[in-house]
Amino acid sequence: MATNNNNYIGELVEQYGRTRSSLMPILQGVIEKKNFISDMDMTEIAKELDLSAAQVYGTATFYAFLETQPRGQYVIRVCKTITCDMHGKKTIVQTIEDMLKIKAGETTPNKKFTLLETNCLGWCHEGPAMLINEKPYSGLTPEKVHDILSEYMHK
Amino acid sequence: MSDTKLKRVDLIFGEYSNVKYKVLEDTLKRSTDEILEDLLESGLRGRGGAGFPTAMKWKYTAQAPGEEKYVVCNADEGEPGTFKDREILTRVPRKVFSGMAICGKVIGAKRGYIYLRGEYKFLLPDLNKELTDYHEHAKTIGLDFLIEIKLGSGAYICGEESALFESMEGNRGEPRNKPPYPTTYGYLGKPTVINNVETFVNVLMIMRLGPIQFKMLGTTDSRGSKVFSVSGDTPIPGIYELELGMPLDRFVDEFGDGDAKAVQVGGASGFCVPRKKFKDTVIGFEGVPTGGSMMLFNSSRSMFNVLHNYLEFFEEESCGQCTPCRVGCQQLRKGIEAVKKGDKKSLYLDQLLKLSESMRLTAKCGLGQSVANSFSSIVYNFKEEMIY
Amino acid sequence: MKNTKNETIKQISLTIDGIQVSVDEGKTILEAARQLNIHIPTLCFHEDLCVAGNCRVCIVEQEKVKSLPASCAMPVSEGMVIHTNSMKVRLARKHIVELLLSEHNADCTKCYKNGICELQGLASQMLTGDHMFLDLVPEHKYSIDMFNTAIIKDDSRCIRCQRCVRTCEELQGVSALGVAYRGNYMKISTFFEHPLFEVVCTNCGQCVNRCPTGALIERNYIDQVWDAIYDPTKHVVVQTAPAVRIALGESLGLPPGKIVTGKMVAALKRLGFSAVLDTDFTADLTIIEEGNELLTRLKKALLDKDPNVCLPMATSCSPGWIKFIEHTFPEFLGNLSTCKSPQQMFGALVKTYYCQKRKLDAKNVVSVSIMPCTAKKFEANRPEMRSSGYKDVDYVLTTRELAIMIKQAGLDFESLPDEHFDSLMGASTGAAVIFGTTGGVMEAALRTVYEVVTGREIPFEGLNITAVRGTEGEVREASLKIEKTKPEWKFLDGVELKCVVANGLAHAKKVMQDVKEGKAHYHFIEIMACPGGCLGGGGQPIPTNKDIRTKRKQAIYEEDMGMSIRKSHENPEVQLIYKEFLGHPLGHKSHELLHTHYTPRKRY
Repeated sequence: MATNNNNYIGELVEQYGRTRSSLMPILQGVIEKKNFISDMDMTEIAKELDLSAAQVYGTATFYAFLETQPRGQYVIRVCKTITCDMHGKKTIVQTIEDMLKIKAGETTPNKKFTLLETNCLGWCHEGPAMLINEKPYSGLTPEKVHDILSEYMHK
Repeated sequence: MSDTKLKRVDLIFGEYSNVKYKVLEDTLKRSTDEILEDLLESGLRGRGGAGFPTAMKWKYTAQAPGEEKYVVCNADEGEPGTFKDREILTRVPRKVFSGMAICGKVIGAKRGYIYLRGEYKFLLPDLNKELTDYHEHAKTIGLDFLIEIKLGSGAYICGEESALFESMEGNRGEPRNKPPYPTTYGYLGKPTVINNVETFVNVLMIMRLGPIQFKMLGTTDSRGSKVFSVSGDTPIPGIYELELGMPLDRFVDEFGDGDAKAVQVGGASGFCVPRKKFKDTVIGFEGVPTGGSMMLFNSSRSMFNVLHNYLEFFEEESCGQCTPCRVGCQQLRKGIEAVKKGDKKSLYLDQLLKLSESMRLTAKCGLGQSVANSFSSIVYNFKEEMIY
Repeated sequence: MKNTKNETIKQISLTIDGIQVSVDEGKTILEAARQLNIHIPTLCFHEDLCVAGNCRVCIVEQEKVKSLPASCAMPVSEGMVIHTNSMKVRLARKHIVELLLSEHNADCTKCYKNGICELQGLASQMLTGDHMFLDLVPEHKYSIDMFNTAIIKDDSRCIRCQRCVRTCEELQGVSALGVAYRGNYMKISTFFEHPLFEVVCTNCGQCVNRCPTGALIERNYIDQVWDAIYDPTKHVVVQTAPAVRIALGESLGLPPGKIVTGKMVAALKRLGFSAVLDTDFTADLTIIEEGNELLTRLKKALLDKDPNVCLPMATSCSPGWIKFIEHTFPEFLGNLSTCKSPQQMFGALVKTYYCQKRKLDAKNVVSVSIMPCTAKKFEANRPEMRSSGYKDVDYVLTTRELAIMIKQAGLDFESLPDEHFDSLMGASTGAAVIFGTTGGVMEAALRTVYEVVTGREIPFEGLNITAVRGTEGEVREASLKIEKTKPEWKFLDGVELKCVVANGLAHAKKVMQDVKEGKAHYHFIEIMACPGGCLGGGGQPIPTNKDIRTKRKQAIYEEDMGMSIRKSHENPEVQLIYKEFLGHPLGHKSHELLHTHYTPRKRY
């Protein structure tokens, strides 16, 4: 199997260690680096931690944020849980879909954005809310979403 | 509408003491027994929702055999309608660290972990800065208790304590069989105290004010104050620290929009209280317990949609290992859809109620067991909305 | 009652269904109930595996407790009052089984496990069938992995009890199967859901042995074998492995541990095989070749001081082990004996030696083997297993498949007379029989090697080298001091031959890790991939547990003791084949037909 061009897995392993407890921070580190964990990343991690590849896959697929499919540079997660839903989540998703010309679950062709719906983000008092990568945005209106996304589009 | 507003309390979010980490330092000078006695006296019960007496939890862990023990702060706040832990960690993180350090002293642990939900990753820079400061301070007072933050990655079930340990250990967040309990077999199989963020702050405040003053708040069964996360159909959503044991009607009077038909107490895994029962419902361990989530629904809301949203949530957030939860959640969601569409007779709801009861009785962990709470309370109280 | 440390174990008294019982502290409610012969149904529970407590079928009612605890996971406590069949329990349990059925492709008549499926058993017990809940099967996009020559994985029949996952991890240390995703999408999966043949799966079939439903089954070749039998132009030869004859009866209504060699032969003849032969013959042949190979390697190492010789030498009879080492320790492939497994030696000889003697054209010969193993199916399909010029073994059937054929043919197995194997590659010895159990290959080899080197019988009473008789769940080390050798083996005089025996791949992994890290020094390693050896193989009758395997093991040693010849080198047919066909051990012909090479594979 081909090795990774840049040795970010090796660096993460150096940083967090080789015990099973290191697995989550390492996987999170890969996400931070490239927004998804590829099969090659997982085999590399399995090798370093002396786990089976299926075990790493099992852990990765358990967690909603440990994406195993290629994602865009900016992953937008719109909260779909009850209060956000009540306060207009649908319009927010619609607005983003229109702006990015993709459906929820998809990634823009330029690999810049991925739009996902997610469970409660903990901003129920200021819904609808969303995360862009790790940054939260709450009290969303279509106008506000427009402004936020425009900014990201120009990044 | 009653004239007297519910009393606001300022325990949790109140200002730090004048001298940094003063209460912690003073408490560390006291004996373990004294600290435990105060905690017992205060009547403090865990603020995560289950309400286990904190003093007992600490005592069992202190008594458990083993050199290595851990303190874990559960900041995997995933319950829909709850956002208080984020607020506490943003505004008064030092109180949380202090509470954990006191626990470390009581049980004989040298390591503490905060398991922070992935959704709150943005808190990390500030928290880590505050932690560095804590560690420096700890060094000056000769305190040997290190705190580290472990991050979750988007899994509600990891708020369940044994699933949280599994996650910290690099595994799938699947709850363990209990017993053994964390007090003897927690993180890495070592005796562990795991408490909610707010509980640790409560501990510190009890140390600061003494148990007597703490007990003056709340009722016999529900001592102290509670941070409530208020959301839904309310003109004033947000965080409020109120006394435990309040009647729900007074809460609704103050926080509702005048048209409240139901309040979901305790999040998706809690109970839905309909308007006709507001008057007789007390918020606290003697009545309807809550981890702090209070969601109001006015008469424009479809309770079918509310329940459907919860069930979708549980379906996705179930770890999937045990049958009643994994399949039960799917059946409940598909079942109410079928009734709504007329594919199943309304009598099928009774079948589903029985199923939810079986889930309560047989699911492996609190998630599967508590699906029945919202399911039965919504279906019983809003049956017509389920059918038509 | 005492435990090994001689500490008294506390006794706990409890009441189950009105009966008082006292059990050791730490036991579960399930164990206590079994002590009273009260049967609590289970699904995810398996004696060989750690407790999962995830199917929840075994729930019981505990007085003064609101929820219904899972009896497999709940330890007993003093004064507990348990009801295993209360109203509450009955309804909840029925709900659970109904839930499992609602996501299970319950098309039982199309299922290989029809009739022996544990879920089906529970369903019939609980009188399900009123479709209590909605059918979820169409909702799920279940996949079926049919790409493997040995094992088929059908997710639509999976009830997610995770027995297979625990087997693969705990018993085999492989973890080719894991749990992936969560909630409604949770499934048993390989890495990235690759087909089994693309991952580290060793085809050992231990998961198949423990799967309660038809989600993991062997790929069966029953129809192909029937077709061959009914084809008048074909001469169909069948060989049977040593561990089949002590277990086959279990699938045909006989108790575990019953030796059915004669009846099995009779049945095979009635099924219409042209010749019923014995893999034991090539087991003996393996001993001659492998024993000589070991001696050659020892000579090179000790006398010639050849630095390139690979020691310790490891046995190569177990194809699950072979694939495991190819994936996990490819740097040790040189340490494997180059001997083919007895099955493949047999296959190669059937289409050469046997054809020559019987004046048959190899292209008209179909070679079938009956094995306690699923990995043998994969082995027979390896590209290197065609040294006769044909596929050496055409079809591999498991013990279970043979039982099905016997039932299909309407034979009343129990009343069959005992018959003998046909001759020419049908003769065997006690040494060959014990190939079926852990430690058996080692013992058989030592019986021969010692005699070759010293000219004397191995100095153990009744030829029983109990020191190398492996125990399940244990790595057994033994050493044998060689003294007073024949002159040509002088260099071995005084040498302590260090041996190790392990069964179950988790233990094999440990042995190899120790060897790799230089923590252990051996001359000879025997590994069998399955718990207890071939007798616990992945193709053996279901159910399996330690009791059953112990009985099978006793039967194997009983069979050994009952044989008139108990040393491989004394097998007359083996002596004959060297004289007539092979020449001498490790000779040119042997090399061509009986030895092989291995392929390094990726672990990831």
